[in-house]
Order: sequence, then structure tokens, then C-alpha cells
Amino acid sequence: MRSAHLGAIPKISQTFTEYESLEIFEKICLCRSFERNAAKAYDEKLVPGFPVYLSLGQEAISAGLSLIFHESIKRFVQHRCHDIYICWDGDIKALRDELLGLPSGCSKGMGGSASIHSPETGLFGHDGLLGTQIPIAVGYALGTNQITLAVMGDAAAEEGYVLGAMGEAVTKKAPVFFVCYDNNLSLLTEIKVRRSWSIVDEAKAKGMPAVDITNDPWLVAHYAKALSKQLPAFLNIRTCRELWHAGSGCDGPPEWNRYELVKKEMAVLGLEKEANKIEKETENFVDSIWNERRN
Amino acid sequence: MNCAETIREITREHITKNNGVVLCQALTAAGWVGNSVPELPDHPNLIELSIEDTSNGGLAVGYALAGRRPIYICRYQGFMWKNASFFTNYAAKAKEMWGYSVPVFIRAISMEGGIGPVASNSHHGIITRMPGIKVYAPMTPAEYTTGWNYFMEQDGPFYCSEHRRSFKIDYEMPDIVHPQADITLFPISAARLETLEAVKQLEQAGVVCNVSHLVWLKPFAGFEKALELLENSSFGGIIVDTDYENGVSKCIAHDLMMQSSKKVRVLGLEERTAGFAPHLDNLPPSPQKIVETVKKIMKK
Repeated sequence: MRSAHLGAIPKISQTFTEYESLEIFEKICLCRSFERNAAKAYDEKLVPGFPVYLSLGQEAISAGLSLIFHESIKRFVQHRCHDIYICWDGDIKALRDELLGLPSGCSKGMGGSASIHSPETGLFGHDGLLGTQIPIAVGYALGTNQITLAVMGDAAAEEGYVLGAMGEAVTKKAPVFFVCYDNNLSLLTEIKVRRSWSIVDEAKAKGMPAVDITNDPWLVAHYAKALSKQLPAFLNIRTCRELWHAGSGCDGPPEWNRYELVKKEMAVLGLEKEANKIEKETENFVDSIWNERRN
Repeated sequence: MNCAETIREITREHITKNNGVVLCQALTAAGWVGNSVPELPDHPNLIELSIEDTSNGGLAVGYALAGRRPIYICRYQGFMWKNASFFTNYAAKAKEMWGYSVPVFIRAISMEGGIGPVASNSHHGIITRMPGIKVYAPMTPAEYTTGWNYFMEQDGPFYCSEHRRSFKIDYEMPDIVHPQADITLFPISAARLETLEAVKQLEQAGVVCNVSHLVWLKPFAGFEKALELLENSSFGGIIVDTDYENGVSKCIAHDLMMQSSKKVRVLGLEERTAGFAPHLDNLPPSPQKIVETVKKIMKK
């Protein structure tokens, strides 16, 4: 079931404008450069003794979603959300400083990597208890009647209160777009060990449209746009966590390398030269931001 | 107006004038929560919840973030063991952790025995241990109004430890203060009613009792006044609680003892699980038990 092509639609990238594809790619590069620097800072022990949850490998999802859902949408997220913070124009310096435990961090050092909150940019993290952001997202959507993004991982999807809140969203027709960043792992325990059921089936059984796809950013954007007209809806997106659950360790190459696949697709779209330029420029930009704290 | 009517009118104003919301399971099915919620069928701001105790608190937090200042009703305070997490771990922390407020008014309603392990007594002790949440236990109309006004003027979660026995109360309960007393009783919630009964019996036996009603449990308001009463009591004091003794009552007793020269005892639910059969129930201290305890302390 898990693959780089699950649910793929041929030539889907070609239905987007050049500008949109470049925006997707730029955000991916921004996230990856940030996370590489964060990993390096962790190895250098600049991060003051708490775990970091790096989103390296998962950023294509956020880049795709942010193309459809703009800055005004409230996003309720959990740990491993640096990419979500960045893709919706969060202040990178404030995120850097949060990881470094500084008062200039987006949560003044109180949240760390696990509990990123930035209400001024519409981002609400969790409280350290897995999945609590989902019922809160549903309540927010009901209280405002605004489209709300509720982001979980495949482990959080197993929490009873997540399933309960999904049911309540259907019952009360809450305008919530549920997204599961499905990397198949809770720490290192695979889904097949943890449960015999599918969260997509669960969402469908509750009565909402639900789709299971791979983390192709254009595919993600396509379904985000389509499903946002039928809320509440559920999008499960298979992705690969490149590094350990916490910290900068790596157990080998990912099942598939979405970043390389996206670069290839950019070349197919005739945007190879622009992509290379973006890659280099974002890397230099993010490196310089992190280096400010190394001097 | 009695207390239930007071709550009902506060609620009516909140949903009709403030665009506030009320969230509750079985809201309409059981007499509109003892007639404490206005009978406004189909009002969009009266929201029936599913029987899903683990996520409903999260919905309330979401409504609070949406600016709706929700009233979240937990019909049996024992259900807070499943409902509390979103209030204690998220709402209570939000301002200090992330710089924003989560104003939610939690009506956690106790009753007195009769339903065994459903845990119907007070459980405010589990809430008071968390920083960032206010805990209040009103029994009279004026106390309820004071608590509500406080909630509306501040911006954090507010835990109202209610008791069904307050609903019919239409009078106030001032403290009883003597210049020199034998003992000071500090009752909480419905234990205030038992305590007042006990005081009548003790007075007949020649025992002079102060009564300092504890309404604010966290922060513990009136500490200086409580200390003064305690110091003027020959035999110290007793906290009388409707929760288990190993909770907020022992915390308050500890703080009072640390600041005074007097001993403060605690009376509350017994350290055992309640059963359904009447003889197996676990009720707050009866007037008789309070009287016996006072006499034992005084060696009378």
C-alpha cells in the first residue's frame, strides 16, 4: 500500500502554473534547509537538552497544502510541525530561536520543538499530549464556522479523542479539513503492529469523504482543493520520515525520496534551471540565518 | 432567585447577549440540568454533545479560542477524570506557555451519593493541583454571581465545583465569627450545610465554633482572615470537604498550619470506594461525624 505513487494522477503537476510549482519547490527547499540546519545545531549541542522533532522528508505535504489553504486558515498541529510553521510564512528566526530555547522564540522557549505555537500566524500546536489538537480544531471550526486545518500523525489518529472529535465534526458538519501525515511509524513501531484498521476507512465510516494518497505535493494540492469543498473531509498522506523520531539520527535512506522525485518533476516541467537557483538561494539564506546564532 | 435560577439567568444572558455557548451531554434530556439552563430548544448556542467524554473538553477549548467563552457542563463531577485533560493540560497552561488565553467556564456538578462508583461526589482536588486554573465552589446565588463575574473579567479557565444541593438554596451563608472560639470549621461545597447543622449541635453542647466558608479553593482567597480565625481558636481548625481528604483540603490545612501555631485537621470522603448499596456509600462528613470529631479534639 505504501508507495511513492499511491493514488497518483498522471501529469497532475501540469495542471498547476509555473508560479505555483516554483512556490511549492521553494517552500520544500526552505523547510529542508531549515531542518538540516536544525539537525546540525542539535549535533553541535546548540539545542539546550530537549528533543527536536524534525520534519525532513515530510515537507512536500505542507508545501502542497499551503498552496491551497492560505495564511488566514487556522492550523492545529502537533510535534514535527516545523514544515507547517515555515510553509505558512512563519518567522524562521523565531522558530530557530524557539529551538534554541531563547526568549525571542515563537513561544519564548516554552514550547520547544514539540509544542510550536504561533497564534499571530494562525498556528496552534498541541500541549504535549498526542492528538489533543484535533478536538480543539473541531471546536474552533464549530465556534467560528471557518475552514480549519486539523493535522495529525498516524499514531495520533489512534487516540480515542481524535476519533471522537472526527465523529463530532461529521455530526455537526464542522468545516474541518483533517490531514494525516502518515509516516507509518510511532517511534519505530509500524502501523501494522499497532492496529488492524485504517484511518481512511474510519473516516469514511463516520460519513466524511476520505482519500489515501502519497506525498506528491501537486497531488496533495489537488486533493486539498477538491476535498475542501466537501468538509469535513479526511486526507491521509503517505510520507517518509528521513530522520529519527526525535533528534538528528538516521537509519538509512527513506522508502522513497520525495525531494529527488520533485526535482525530477520540476525538470519535466521545464523548470530545472529555476529549481537549481531556488535550491542554492534558499540554502544560502537559511544557512545565514542559523549562522547568526553560531557567531 | 435560588441558585439554579441564578445560573439559568446568567446562562440565558450569556447565550443571547454575548454569543456565548453552552456545551453539555444530555442537555435537554434530564430537566435542563436541574433547571439551571434556560429551556430554549433549538437555540444554536445550546449545544448537545455526544457521549464522548475524552474529546468534548477539547471542543470547549476550541470554542474558547474562537472567542465564544463556552460554559462546559459536566453533569457528574466524577466524569472530570475523563474530561479534565484539555482544561488542565491545555487551557490552564496556554497563557504561560504560548501567550494566549483560553477562557472556559467549567460547571462540574457534584451530587451526594446514591450512585456508587459513578463518582458523584466532588473531585475538585484533581483540578487544583495544576497551575493556571481557578477553582471555585459556590453554594449560594451571590457566590455564583461573583464567580461568574470574575470569569467574565479574566481570561483563563475557571473550574466551578458545583453541587446539586446548592440549586435550591435562595439565601446566603455568611461566616460565623466569635472573638474567641473553641474551634474554626472551614467547610467546602455542600459540606457547608452539614457543618452548619453540626454547629447548632455543638453550640448546644457549649462549644463555640467559628465557621469560615471556603469558596475560593484556588487561589485560596481569604488566607489572612482564615489565619486570624484559626489563631483565635483554642483547638485549631478542621477543613470539611466533599472530596477525598488527600486533595485540596490537606493542601489548605498544610498552608494554614505552616503559617500558624494551630493544628488543622481534615474531614472528607473516606479512603474507600463507594458502593451502590446505602450501607456501602461514601458520603461527605455528616453533622454527627463533625460533632464527634470536634468533641474528640476537645476531649469532651
